[in-house]
Amino acid sequence: MRNTKVVSLEEAIRRSGLKDGMTISFHHHFRGGDKVVNLVVAKLAEMGFKDLKLAASSLSDVHAPLIEHIKAGVITGISTSGLRGELANEISHGLMTEPVVFRSHGGRGSAIANGELHIDVAFLGASSCDELGNASGCPRSENAKSICGSLGYALPDAKYADHVVVLTDDLVAYPNYPKSISSCDVESVVIVDSVGDSSKISSGAIRDSKNPRDILLAQQAAQVVINSGYFKDGFSIQTGTGGASLAVVKYIKESMLEKGIKASFALGGITAHMVKLHEEGLIGKLIDVQSFDKVAAESIASDQTHQEVSAVEYASADNPGSAVHALDIVILSALEVDVDFNVNVLVGSDGIIRGAVGGHPDTAEDSALSIIVCPLLRGRIPCVVPKVTTLITPGAGVDVVVTEYGIAVNPRRPEIAERLKEAGLKVVDIHDLAAKATSVIGVPDPLPFGDKVVGIVMDRHGKVLDKIYNIQ
Amino acid sequence: MMFVPGNNPGMMADAHIYGPDSIMLDLEDSVTMAEKDAARLLVYNALKTIDYGDTEMVVRINPLNTPYGKKDVEAVVKAGVDVIRMPKTETADEVRELEAEIIKVEEELGCVGRTQIMAAIESALGIVNAYEIATASKRMMGIALGAEDYTANLKTPRTPEGSELLLARETIVVAARAAGIACFDTVYSNLDDMDTFRKEVELIKNLGFDGKSIINPRQIQVVNEVFAPKQKDIDKALRIIAAIKEAREKGSGVIAVNGKMVDRPVVLRAERVIALAVASGILNEEELS
Repeated sequence: MRNTKVVSLEEAIRRSGLKDGMTISFHHHFRGGDKVVNLVVAKLAEMGFKDLKLAASSLSDVHAPLIEHIKAGVITGISTSGLRGELANEISHGLMTEPVVFRSHGGRGSAIANGELHIDVAFLGASSCDELGNASGCPRSENAKSICGSLGYALPDAKYADHVVVLTDDLVAYPNYPKSISSCDVESVVIVDSVGDSSKISSGAIRDSKNPRDILLAQQAAQVVINSGYFKDGFSIQTGTGGASLAVVKYIKESMLEKGIKASFALGGITAHMVKLHEEGLIGKLIDVQSFDKVAAESIASDQTHQEVSAVEYASADNPGSAVHALDIVILSALEVDVDFNVNVLVGSDGIIRGAVGGHPDTAEDSALSIIVCPLLRGRIPCVVPKVTTLITPGAGVDVVVTEYGIAVNPRRPEIAERLKEAGLKVVDIHDLAAKATSVIGVPDPLPFGDKVVGIVMDRHGKVLDKIYNIQ
Repeated sequence: MMFVPGNNPGMMADAHIYGPDSIMLDLEDSVTMAEKDAARLLVYNALKTIDYGDTEMVVRINPLNTPYGKKDVEAVVKAGVDVIRMPKTETADEVRELEAEIIKVEEELGCVGRTQIMAAIESALGIVNAYEIATASKRMMGIALGAEDYTANLKTPRTPEGSELLLARETIVVAARAAGIACFDTVYSNLDDMDTFRKEVELIKNLGFDGKSIINPRQIQVVNEVFAPKQKDIDKALRIIAAIKEAREKGSGVIAVNGKMVDRPVVLRAERVIALAVASGILNEEELS
C-alpha cells in the first residue's frame, strides 16, 4: 500500500500536533472492557503532556488509572456521559479542580457538531481497520479479537475532530467495507495488542430475570405500554438493559403476538432480546447506536436491516432528523424520581457519582411516551423522593413512573392516566408513592455535600441543568 | 396464601406488593432453632408496622409442645394477626389447647374472639381426625394440607401427579365442606417447573379446594389464572342469577335457563362463580348491584 497511515502510537500523537491544554476524545463501545483510554493516556503521560481535556462518550470502572494521571496534571478536564467505580468516587470527593461536564449522548453529539465541544485529537478504537483508516466495530477476519458492533458514539468524533487516530487490533486488507469510520476522516492508524475485551461489553447471554420484583415491575410496565394508546401496528420502542427493562420486552411480545401487532423499529442500545424479536419478524428494523452484547454485535455485522447510527442521528435535540423524534415509546430506569417527575440516573443516594446520563433525557423528551421503571425501595434506599439529588431528566419529559406500589402518571398527561385506569391498572399520585417510601423507611439524613462543584450537568440543549457538589 | 420466612425482613416488607390473597409469615420450619426468638420479634414488628392493606395476615407458629409455641401465640395475637396457623395438627384437643392460649392473650388485651385459627394437617392421624379438627373451635376458618410431612409419615415419596395425596386432599375438602370452613392445598416447591405446578393447581381446584399455598410470587399468576372463572361461565352464572331474581319477582317456582331447569345446586354453583369472579377482579361488586 503506497499511502499507508499505519504508524506507532507515539508517532501518531506527534503527527497529530497535540499540545498541552488541548482536547482528546474517546468512545466507550467496549464499555467495561475498554483498553484504549488507559493505553493512550499512559502514553501521553510518558511523552510529557500536561493539562489535557478528556472528552469521552462515557467512562467506567476500568478507567481508575486516570486517577493518577489527574493527580499528575496530565488530565485536568473531563467531559463524559457517565462515571463509575473508583474514578467516580475520587471525583465525587473533590479530586479535580475543574468540574466534570456531563452530557447526554444526544447532547454530546450536538455539542461536537455545533463546536461547543471542540475535539483536537480523537483516539478511536476499532475492531477492524485497513491501512487507510476505514474502520468498523465488526469482525472482518479470523484474527478479529475485540468486537463491539456499532461505533455510533465515535462517529461525531471521527467527523468533527481536527485529527483522528484509529487504534485497532485487527489490521485487514483494504477496503474494510462496509465501514463505519471513513478513511477520509482518519489521519493515522495504530496497531495495538487489544482495543477491548468484548466479553465485558455484557454477559453475552440472554437471561430472564427471576427476581419477582423485576418481573412484577416488568409486567406492570408492559401493561402500561399495551394500554397507553401507543401500542398499535407500526409503533417504535426503545428499552434499557436492566433486568426489568429486558423482561418488559418479553411481556410486550406476548401481546404483540396475540394482537398481531408489529413494531416498525427498535432504537438505541440494541440487545440480544431485540435482535431475537427482529429475527422473528416482530420488529421491522433495528437502529443501533450501541450494541449491548455479542449477539447484537454479530447481528449488525450481517443484517442489512440492523443499521448503525451516529449519536447525532440517534438523539440530537438540534437535528430534526434524529431518530428520537420518531420514537413512540421508551422504557427507562432511574436511581431516583421525585414528585415533579424529575429523574436522577447519575448520582447515588449516598452523593457519589455512580451512573451515566446516557440517552435518558434525549429519549424521555422526544419520545411520545416515556416510562420510568423503578422500585419504590432498594433495600433501605427510597427511589421516589421529594426532590432528586441531581437533576438529569426534567419531569416535563417524563410521562409514567412504574413502581411495585403503583403507577404514577404525570399530570401533564391526563389522557394516559385515564387509559391506564380504564384498563384496571393501579394508578396512584406520585406524592403518595413518596409518602409510602417515607412511611416504610423514614426520612433519610441530608447528604453531607461540601461547597466545591465537582460536576456540571448540561441539558441536551447546551444549558447548565444542575451542579454536583463534593461529598464529604 | 404465600409463605414468607419469618426471619427475612426484606421479603416480609415486600410480600404484599405481589397481590397474594393472604400472607403466611412462618416461624416454624423456615426458621432455625437459633433464630426462633429473633424471628418472633421480626414478625411482631412486621405485623405492627407494615401496611399490608387488605391482605389477610397469617402466622404459622411453632407447635405448642415446643419451647416456642406459646411465646409465638402471645406475640402474634398482640400484634393483631388475622389467623394463626397451627402446624402438624393431629387432634381436636390440640386446636382447643391453642384456642385456650389465644383466649388468654385476648382477654389481657380486651379483644376476645379476634383471632382465627387455621389447622395444617400433616399426618395420617390428622387426616383420620380431619372433621373433628375442622369443627374443634368456632374460630376455625380453614384446614390445610401439609404434604411433605404427610408423605414422610405415609412412607411414600411425592410424585408429580400426586396420587399419594388423593385421599388426604379429598378428606380435607370433605371435612372442610362438612364443617362449613375453607380448605387450602399444600405447596409445590419446584419453581422451575411451572407446567406441573399449573396441572397441580387445576387438579386441586377441581377437587374443590378454595386456594393453594405458594412459596414464591411467581406462582401467584398461575393460581389466579386457574381459579379465575372463564368468561362463558361468568356469563352463564349471571344469566342464572338474573333468572332467579326475575322468577322471585314474578313469584314463579320453577326456573329454566337455556331450556335447562335451574335447581338449588345450580344456583349455588353460579353464586360461587360470581364470588370467584369478584375475587379475581373480573367483576366488581358495583356492576352486580
